[in-house]
Amino acid sequence: MTRRAVARALVYLSLIGATLVVLLPLGVVLLTSLKTERETADGSGALTLPRHPFNFHNYVTAFRDGGMLTAFGNTAVILVVSVGGTVLIGSMTAYAIDRFTFRFRRLVVALFLVAALVPGVTTQVATFQIVHSLGMFDTRWAPIALYTGTDIVSIYIFLQFVRSIPLSLDEAARLDGANAFTIYRKIIFPLLKPAIATVVIVKGIAVYNDFYIPFLYMPSQDLGVISTSLFRFKGPYSAHWETISAGAVLVILPTLIVFLALQKYIYNGFMRGATR
Amino acid sequence: MAHAHPRTPGQEAGNAAVRERAVQHASRRAGPEPAPRRTRAWRLLTPWLFLLAPLALLITFTYAPIANMVAYSFTDWDGVSPELHYTGAENYAEIFTREDLFQVFWVSGYYLAASVIQIVAALYFATILSFSVRFRNFFKGVLFFPSLVNGVAIGFVFLYFFQDGGTLDTVLGLFGHHTDHAWLGTPVSANVSLAGVSVWRYLGMNFVLFLGAIQSVPAELYEAAELDGAARWHQFRHIILPGIRPVLTLTVILSVSGSLSAFEIPYIMTGGATGTETFVIQTVKLAFQFNKTGLASAAAVVLLLIILLVTWVQRRLVPDDRVDLV
Repeated sequence: MTRRAVARALVYLSLIGATLVVLLPLGVVLLTSLKTERETADGSGALTLPRHPFNFHNYVTAFRDGGMLTAFGNTAVILVVSVGGTVLIGSMTAYAIDRFTFRFRRLVVALFLVAALVPGVTTQVATFQIVHSLGMFDTRWAPIALYTGTDIVSIYIFLQFVRSIPLSLDEAARLDGANAFTIYRKIIFPLLKPAIATVVIVKGIAVYNDFYIPFLYMPSQDLGVISTSLFRFKGPYSAHWETISAGAVLVILPTLIVFLALQKYIYNGFMRGATR
Repeated sequence: MAHAHPRTPGQEAGNAAVRERAVQHASRRAGPEPAPRRTRAWRLLTPWLFLLAPLALLITFTYAPIANMVAYSFTDWDGVSPELHYTGAENYAEIFTREDLFQVFWVSGYYLAASVIQIVAALYFATILSFSVRFRNFFKGVLFFPSLVNGVAIGFVFLYFFQDGGTLDTVLGLFGHHTDHAWLGTPVSANVSLAGVSVWRYLGMNFVLFLGAIQSVPAELYEAAELDGAARWHQFRHIILPGIRPVLTLTVILSVSGSLSAFEIPYIMTGGATGTETFVIQTVKLAFQFNKTGLASAAAVVLLLIILLVTWVQRRLVPDDRVDLV
């Protein structure tokens, strides 16, 4: 074999190795979720196949007893409202910052810039007191307000796009008698579609997966989102790996479907979202 | 009615203007305003109407908490009672002198070490997958997918993975290495395991960032290098590495602040037991279990200062770092 061929073989070997490392833990959880209680306890090991591959009993238990229906409902409400809010807030901020000259404009821009440097986890102790004093503690409004209010990344994404929209469009509309709100609503907002798609994807995945905020701000059982409801499996099902696994698979499955359907956009979205 | 500011032709045409940072952008356009037409009041008010909600949220949920946090950090407040006493720098002294409180910084070391491995591996995979490889999209998808998965689900997946007789033990058994190892049982092994999970989870994110950066390097450079007979390593060393330097430095800052603020995986998997307590777990416990809001605030201020310091040092070391790929 030539040196090149050896190098090529090593490259594929490393890729196959990485694939195994990623897929093995997930695959085993899928296997476990299809096993019966006796099968997981009989010491046959984690890699044995379930005797009845279409045994969805654990999924029924996890879904019903784990309150997953409420969890998906709560997650959906919070997701839709806060993603919608983020799109609106982000695009309005970007429009105001890019298209107007006003007093304190630089200060406003600086406020948003500096806020981007402050990681949310560090200020949570004090944020908690504010959320509490606003009477939002243990309501769906707490996560909604926090997700909507602190998203600097989406403002940047919108800002990039607003800048690329030619000013002549605004001017033409203004000559036709449109005011600033009409221009925002009828010209800027529709042209921001690619940015909106990016923000919806990045924000949507972040909200769906977040644990910290709902865990701190919505302790009530019936306000559980998927993260916190799944987390509650830890106590009552601690010895029942088949039920916990089914719960985990239930939570991962929507992500997998969305990922497979929107792969290209998700890659682009994350490249944009994470770098700016 | 408000008037937008006219842009200079250069700004309009140049792609560079689009990539301009907000601050620079602001300073460049602070020229004289064209003559007002209708009521002056409306003209002045319009931008603020758009900014009302964003600014209110920004101040309420970012700046007010920071100000309050700094204030609490000098008190002995428990977060509930109406009474609080000013205690000076006592909380800060406590953090740096009480060994059990300071311990969490050492735990961050495991995550920091893990992020070095993570960055190197992500760089390796991004490089090989930006050249032609069979099943490239499949491998890209597999590597990236974990970064989209719910943290609680990942926690459970790996609790089972590290369980006695769980996935890891079974796999090692296949290779004839029968262990009965309690992976999460001792501080060192538990922290290494948790840091490993963090690599598993976040590698894909770094990988995608690097991949994007490598793809934005002009293709002609590779072609020229290929003609000159440059080997892959030389192409990596002299084209890829300089080309993605901004993203690389950004990743380094994010890794440092990420290592310091590790929370989800250790909280879900061990709850901070067996010496795996991280800074954020400790802060959450101090504040919400032991009602030591003052002390927790001081801890949070310390964390925030460290993160700001790291960011500042990085900006000094790499002054002109423009990290936009858009």
